[in-house]
Amino acid sequence: MAKREGLEVSVAVGDAAMLSDVDVVSAYPITPQTHIVEHLAELVANGELNAAYIPVESEHSAMSACVGASAVGARTFTATAAQGLELMHEVLYVASAMRYPMVMTVANRALSAPISIWGDHSDVMAVRDTGWIQIFVENGQEAVDNVICGFRIGEDKRVLLPVMVHLDGFALTHVIEPIELPEKKDVDRFLPPFKYPLPLDPEKPVTMGSLGSPFIYTEVKWAQEINLEKAKDVVLEIWQEFGKAFGRTYSPIEQYQTDGAKVLLLTMGSYSETAMVAIDKMRGDGKEVGLLKLRLWRPFPYEELREAVKDIDVLIVLDRAVSFGGPGGPVCSEIKSALYAEKKRPQVIGFVGGLGGRDISMAGFEEMIERGIEIARTGSEREFEIYGVRE
Amino acid sequence: MKMAKAETKKKPRAKGELGWKEIELGCFITEPGNSDEVRTGDWKSRRPELDFNKCTKCTLCYFFCPEGCIAKNKDGYFEPDLFYCKGCGICATECPKDAITMVEEAK
Repeated sequence: MAKREGLEVSVAVGDAAMLSDVDVVSAYPITPQTHIVEHLAELVANGELNAAYIPVESEHSAMSACVGASAVGARTFTATAAQGLELMHEVLYVASAMRYPMVMTVANRALSAPISIWGDHSDVMAVRDTGWIQIFVENGQEAVDNVICGFRIGEDKRVLLPVMVHLDGFALTHVIEPIELPEKKDVDRFLPPFKYPLPLDPEKPVTMGSLGSPFIYTEVKWAQEINLEKAKDVVLEIWQEFGKAFGRTYSPIEQYQTDGAKVLLLTMGSYSETAMVAIDKMRGDGKEVGLLKLRLWRPFPYEELREAVKDIDVLIVLDRAVSFGGPGGPVCSEIKSALYAEKKRPQVIGFVGGLGGRDISMAGFEEMIERGIEIARTGSEREFEIYGVRE
Repeated sequence: MKMAKAETKKKPRAKGELGWKEIELGCFITEPGNSDEVRTGDWKSRRPELDFNKCTKCTLCYFFCPEGCIAKNKDGYFEPDLFYCKGCGICATECPKDAITMVEEAK
């Protein structure tokens, strides 16, 4: 039986990569991801993890090394954050289009300028369209579980795609939480050794990353899109299977206190935990409010979202990034477009908040929900409002 | 010297005409020499037209063609394979007898 113990989440994430038997880790340290890769470097140096650790001079090189490692069929892991993720940007598209199933944890952090090492989702949203499977976790246990699931999902023959696991910088990476690390033998049973179907092999040469002229590019991109859309069923299947094996089951949109609720708040990542406490308090005060926690960001869970909001009047969406000069928060605008064609749909009210590590307290969520309800009744001059900004 | 013969070339399967379901994982190329299957001929806006009455079979077009798509036909004249010819016009420029004229590719 696996033991539940107090672990720094970053250390536990590194341990999860070790439990997954990674062959190659290549990373460049950046706050707040540093402890994850430092821990892995230590495990390799101590001989506890039999893997190649490739130190590189930048995140661009880190992702490139991961692409190379995946190409020979190695189980590959990396981690980054913020500017590091941006520096990887062009290679992220290569990893997904060339169908390399690596796992990357992103310690979500705000983008410069001004320099902020603290958490928000502006780094994630900038890589939204890179073709990776993207999962948000709200606590350390989910981070550990989804690193293991991430390999299993990405390596599934029906998927073969890279997976990003998003965990909030500092709010998750640097806290000590009670975490149950699965036993190695159970992880081995859940996650069989990886065999990439078309690796670089001198015995059977293949060409990877060749020119795709106008006559073929459209077909390649369509194949990629259909493949990512279909991956959703595999994600759900593997989460179920993980639940059977380890007793913790995940879903693309988790509902909390939604019974009879006419108003729902939607959050992602670690802030969902504070939001749950706020919902409990408001329920105690007799208010019919509930919470949706969006876990699967790509492929986007359209059916589950539509089902979850079909009977409600107001959906309040918290974004932790701004689409400057655009429609407000990227999550809110996607949700609006996902519901646009529905005959009966709730009013969708967008807030941006929690930028650059700004805390949203329990009372803050309560205030945001009350303001959302007010906007739904009276309207707002703006497409979205920003929570907690000083005049 | 052995020269390629136009009539012996088999008509290639056009890789560029594959449907999206037929594409290999990651758009990888699993067999060497697959450029044989790529219809580069659809890049051209002008194609070479030959006047065999002027042609002296001097071979200059054959040697200058950067695509290597010109081969000897059964009568000993040199002809481009329009499946590959990109329409660069080098053959027409180099032909000492003005036997090759570049004409607009009408579709």
